[in-house]
Amino acid sequence: MNNSMFKRFCIGLLAWVIAFVIFFPIFWMVLTGFKTETAAIADPSLIFSPTLDSYIEVQQRADYFKFAWNSVVISFGSTILALLIAIPAAYSMAFLPTRRTKGTLLWMLSTKMLPPVGVLVPIYLLFRDTGLLDTKLGLVIVYTLMNLPIVVWMLYTFFKDLPRDILEAGRMDGASTLQEVVYLLLPLTLPGIASTGLLSVILSWNEAFWSLNLTSSQAAPLTAYIASFSSPEGLFWAKLSAASTMAIAPILVFGWLTQKQMVRGLTFGAVK
Amino acid sequence: MATLQLKNIVKQFGDIQVIKGVDLDVNDKEFVVFVGPSGCGKSTLLRIIAGLENATSGDITIDGRRINDIGPAERGLAMVFQSYALYPHMTVEDNMGFSLRLARVPKAERRDKVMAAARVLQLEELLERKPKALSGGQRQRVAIGRAIVRNPSVFLFDEPLSNLDAALRVQMRIELARLHDELNATMIYVTHDQIEAMTMADKIVVLQKGEVEQVGSPMELYHHPRNRFVAGFIGSPTMNFLPVEFQDSTHEGVQVTLPGGKTCRVPVDGTGVSVATSLELGIRPEHLNLQEDGPLSGRIQVIERLGGATSLYVQMDTGMVTVIADGDVAHKVGDVVRFGFEPVRGHLFRDDGLALTSLHQHPLTGIDRQSNRAPVEGSHS
Repeated sequence: MNNSMFKRFCIGLLAWVIAFVIFFPIFWMVLTGFKTETAAIADPSLIFSPTLDSYIEVQQRADYFKFAWNSVVISFGSTILALLIAIPAAYSMAFLPTRRTKGTLLWMLSTKMLPPVGVLVPIYLLFRDTGLLDTKLGLVIVYTLMNLPIVVWMLYTFFKDLPRDILEAGRMDGASTLQEVVYLLLPLTLPGIASTGLLSVILSWNEAFWSLNLTSSQAAPLTAYIASFSSPEGLFWAKLSAASTMAIAPILVFGWLTQKQMVRGLTFGAVK
Repeated sequence: MATLQLKNIVKQFGDIQVIKGVDLDVNDKEFVVFVGPSGCGKSTLLRIIAGLENATSGDITIDGRRINDIGPAERGLAMVFQSYALYPHMTVEDNMGFSLRLARVPKAERRDKVMAAARVLQLEELLERKPKALSGGQRQRVAIGRAIVRNPSVFLFDEPLSNLDAALRVQMRIELARLHDELNATMIYVTHDQIEAMTMADKIVVLQKGEVEQVGSPMELYHHPRNRFVAGFIGSPTMNFLPVEFQDSTHEGVQVTLPGGKTCRVPVDGTGVSVATSLELGIRPEHLNLQEDGPLSGRIQVIERLGGATSLYVQMDTGMVTVIADGDVAHKVGDVVRFGFEPVRGHLFRDDGLALTSLHQHPLTGIDRQSNRAPVEGSHS
């Protein structure tokens, strides 16, 4: 075996190890979901007789589909809202920059460095007074605000990659700003917009801090659904695992289906 | 019908003035070329005309109508960009018809107009293709086609040929000149390439540092440059400059002492120049002739044989000069040669760069590109 083959082998091995380490908890969770409660807390074992009991019990205790629907509405709703706000913002930053544009972008990103819990109380009080507690609209608003910096930043980098000449040619051809955006900017940066949207959906889907604190029953998404199984009566590993598996399944499938788009979009600027 | 006037156009970015008060008249059906080194403001001036930039002050009028505050599309201009700026996601047909689509022109009419433009540019075969499936020259033609479809009163070109290879550039140059005749349109063309300027323009505007150095027909600029900058910029290879000393001035011209001590009378107006002032003599390489008894001499440093002509780079005491000699010249590197010139070919520049006015107008200065054409029988012009 020569040197470069050995190097490739090592890198390959390392990749597999990392992939396994990352994947193992998910694998174990799925497995535990099919165990009985006693088997779940017994010595870890790969050999057991699988059962759907936990799934049935979980479904009896809480309506999975209601939570799932909430998750869909909230994550897609907030993503659409974030894109609607971010596209014009990123357009003006990319094509009509001022001296303060760079600073504004940095400031927006810096808001992500603040721990969310720091603003929990004011937001909670605001939501209580405006009746937004435990509403889907409330979570849509919070998630939109939460993802907006990343969405604007990503769109900004995609838009900046678009040659200005093309938009100027459009302007010479008689396009209004809106037409410029609809006919030229959006079609040409669609891969970027799509991957930005996908990322926003995934981040919203997986968000737990705000959903746990701002919802109770009506608007609770799947993250709250999972949490509800770590109840005061004690931990039920099998049920918790079954619930978690059901909660992450849709986004896992969604992520898998859009994987190509995601990778293409996220590496769009770097490799062009 | 379209005439365009610029009146005292100023453009300021922050504290920096990039256009410093430009006045210009563009006549109907004229081919005007803005030329100058990079950063001279020629593209900015074009973008101000296009409406993509706002002038800080000054007026732009088309046919007497002030258009400063009118949007780019409503000005009735079309622009061809250096990068072509085709819409990558649209077919050639959609690219060319985009302006009509925005103007809500019915589909059938749109198609007719696109087809008509495609025919002029031989693009009929390519209408279904996307820009990335086209060669550079084809993209360029599509960009021009997109402009033609709009039927603009003035065409604006921003260095349209600089991304093409040399052979294609010559071809497109000829094509553009043909197009100008065929469309009978007013065109403004920006380039840094003085050959493009010389070959295509009816009128050349030489710009430097945001100011107009000279406006005139190609032959006027070549034979009567107003200052040292224009003299050096127009013509290739560049004009030679030699330090000379003013002796006297008569109605026949100015007598100067050449490097090496010989004298020469250049037919220019020397009024106001005092004796013993240092001047610069400008003489183009193609106007220097090898002569046994020539007043100038130097040692050949480099010889470039082009077949038809030979460029000799000659080291004089005062610096290097270029001489374009016959293709069959037998000299070798290191030879000392003597050369001279017809005094009427010489230019004299004061130390502020301004040329002394020539006493004789060159017979071709009034000629523009259009008058190079023989009148076509039955032609409307």
